[in-house]
Amino acid sequence: MMTDLSSALMICLPELILAVGAMLVLMLGAFGGERSTGAATMFSGAALIAGAFAAALGPHGTLFAGAFHMDQLAAYSKVAIYVASAFAVVMGYGWMNRSNERKFEYPVLILLATLGMSMMVSAGDLISLYISIELQSLALYILAAFQRDDARASEAGLKYFVLGALSSGILLYGISLVYGFAGSMGFTQIAHAIAAGGANHGVVFGLVFLICGVAFKASAAPFHMWTPDVYEGAPTPVVAFVAAAPKLAAMVLFVRTLSMGFFGAHEQWAQVLLVIAVISFVVGAFGGLMQRDVKRLLAYSSIANIGYALLGIAAGTQLGVQAMLVFMVLYMIDVTGFFACLLALARNGRPITQISDLSGLKGSKPGIALAITALSLSVLGMPPFSGFWAKFYVFKSAFDAGLWQIAIAGLVASVVAAFYYLRMIKIMWFDASPAPVDGSPSEARWIAFACALFSFPVVLIALHFLDQSAGLAAASLGLH
Amino acid sequence: MNAFLLQYLPIVIFFAIATVLGLGFMIAAAVMAPSAPDAEKNSAYECGFNAFDDARMKFDVRFYLVSILFIIFDLEVAFLFPWAVSLFGMPHDKMVYAFVSMMVFLGVLTVGFIYEWKKGALEWE
Amino acid sequence: MPLTAIAFYLLAIVTVVSGFMVITARNPVHSVLYLILCFFSGAGLFVLLGAEFLAMLLVVVYVGAVAVLFLFVVMMLDVDFARLREGYAQYLPLGLVVAAVLLGEMVTVSSAVANRGAAAANATPQAADLHVSNTQSIGQVLYTDYIYFFQAAGIVLLIAMIGAIVLTLRHKPSVRRQKIHEQVGRRRRDAVEVTKVGVGEGISE
Repeated sequence: MMTDLSSALMICLPELILAVGAMLVLMLGAFGGERSTGAATMFSGAALIAGAFAAALGPHGTLFAGAFHMDQLAAYSKVAIYVASAFAVVMGYGWMNRSNERKFEYPVLILLATLGMSMMVSAGDLISLYISIELQSLALYILAAFQRDDARASEAGLKYFVLGALSSGILLYGISLVYGFAGSMGFTQIAHAIAAGGANHGVVFGLVFLICGVAFKASAAPFHMWTPDVYEGAPTPVVAFVAAAPKLAAMVLFVRTLSMGFFGAHEQWAQVLLVIAVISFVVGAFGGLMQRDVKRLLAYSSIANIGYALLGIAAGTQLGVQAMLVFMVLYMIDVTGFFACLLALARNGRPITQISDLSGLKGSKPGIALAITALSLSVLGMPPFSGFWAKFYVFKSAFDAGLWQIAIAGLVASVVAAFYYLRMIKIMWFDASPAPVDGSPSEARWIAFACALFSFPVVLIALHFLDQSAGLAAASLGLH
Repeated sequence: MNAFLLQYLPIVIFFAIATVLGLGFMIAAAVMAPSAPDAEKNSAYECGFNAFDDARMKFDVRFYLVSILFIIFDLEVAFLFPWAVSLFGMPHDKMVYAFVSMMVFLGVLTVGFIYEWKKGALEWE
Repeated sequence: MPLTAIAFYLLAIVTVVSGFMVITARNPVHSVLYLILCFFSGAGLFVLLGAEFLAMLLVVVYVGAVAVLFLFVVMMLDVDFARLREGYAQYLPLGLVVAAVLLGEMVTVSSAVANRGAAAANATPQAADLHVSNTQSIGQVLYTDYIYFFQAAGIVLLIAMIGAIVLTLRHKPSVRRQKIHEQVGRRRRDAVEVTKVGVGEGISE
């Protein structure tokens, strides 16, 4: 019993570190007050890094009768999520210092949201799926409305909350149908039930609801309505967090649920995912054309990119999952860099949000302009940059799975989307600057440069390792 | 009809009587009471004045904070009921496990409680 | 048996009708009252299923606390409900289309249930043990077999607590608060001083 318990605790050590760390930071803040925000930030960052090491090196196994899976896939995603969250903690601290509103709750909520994501990527059961999604979203709703005196941030938080609650309702309805028709909550038992009795109407119906609910959390179209408003209204470091780690968590949750629990119904869910993917990259490409706000533009870009990543899942092959994992991590790095650039830019103490405000950036901030250019080229998929490799993998897996019509549609959409990145680059390099730009804070600048350097040339070296570990992760699902 | 549901028969009878009684008085009042309404009788009465404005007004958010914190602890207590009922009916090692598990749960919420206390959320100004 | 069926249909009809009234009632206070009725008849349905604990929880938590909070909000908040309902007619057609699609799908599923007997082939529900009450049988698994979900629920409650405080708590700087330990621990010598005042002199600080 004792050895049982200690080995179980070792398997879920990353989650334990996060949960206990969050509570310790909360106590530190409760007793230390606003002054302890710096210490709380450092401690949270340390907890996230420790969690990442525990996830990478710790033992693998299945706990709680299949409700919690710690395998290569979970380890891969946990490391990526924890590192992205650590960046968000650092960026948030700098931002709070500048806006003179230090709150130790910020790192605590990031830690708890990360805990939710880490449970999402390990969920092996419909109840743990639901609870982990709620854990993550609840913390994110609060973070979105964190600047409570700002009307737009409150609006963003409220919209996110109301639509998120709606999607949770849809998700629960789907879960109850699946439970009723498959007779179990565990993914392996559901897979057995589908293998034995075929995918009947009820299971497929519940599955569609389930997919809609998770697509909502991943902000795939047509469930994307909250995304532009939340990105525009919420504080920039929070958006940097929401745009990166939760997307990967939702995608991994998708792939684990669909391939562990519902692989017998692959034909049915692949159709749904393909429809969602096509709508996503069409909405993302064309919706982005009309935007004037950089954060809204990035929201549409994220909708489109979720569409591309869904192609990898819809392929239903091991290569597809591997491509999706590589794609999501490279996208996370790009998007973190983008938001770090935005954090680094301000004019007369007001953050720059409009695309037109970027004009003439090459004169005043050549470094940041270069970083935004590299990241834009990467997201649009220009050959030597990381975004190209990400898209290359996903489209290749879609072609291999015989989805060539969809893949071609995706290529067309990404050509359309290229227009708005190129326009941004043109405004930065060739237009005249209206007024000087403030000095940029060091931590945002360093994160921006690091991400830009990663997108090229570091990616050429890193891709090999990334590809290898994503391959191992994808193999743990047992697909072909 | 099984024995389990028969336990609820008194409650059903109680509801039936309450409904009949309530409806009976309302219907009786509507049918039998004299009624001669006019505009002045039906208008709102506020100390002899006409109503100044809507009864709804901005309200301190503090009230909601207190009630939300109440609901959270209400839910916590809801988790305690099945635990209290079943704990001593378990085999010994399971009982220890369930006990520790509840203590961890209470510990998490105590952390939240200490946070509330130190933040002054329970103080009324 | 027919008596149970009558009870079921009665409760189910009340639930659905009051649910419908929640969204159509003109007065928001009435909406909340219908919501309470809806929860209440839902609790009745749980009792019919033998899920006593859930039924009582629904009454205690939803009717007793959540709905009262709702009532509090709609009665006290100065929201212009007439303006809030402006878009109602405009979005009604779209809403009806979505509702019709959902209804059609649900009918398909229900007919599948009627034909195949739902999860009869898959599910293996355990027969209820008559000697153990519903609350007890939940307690036997919730804290041991389902400990993961139980602890996660605890953390969800913790987040709710943090969120409520982060988003709503503000301290007014000018307010004087009670400091009970200081007030109780106050000595006579901290507050009162006895001085001899000579004739014709005042007291100087």
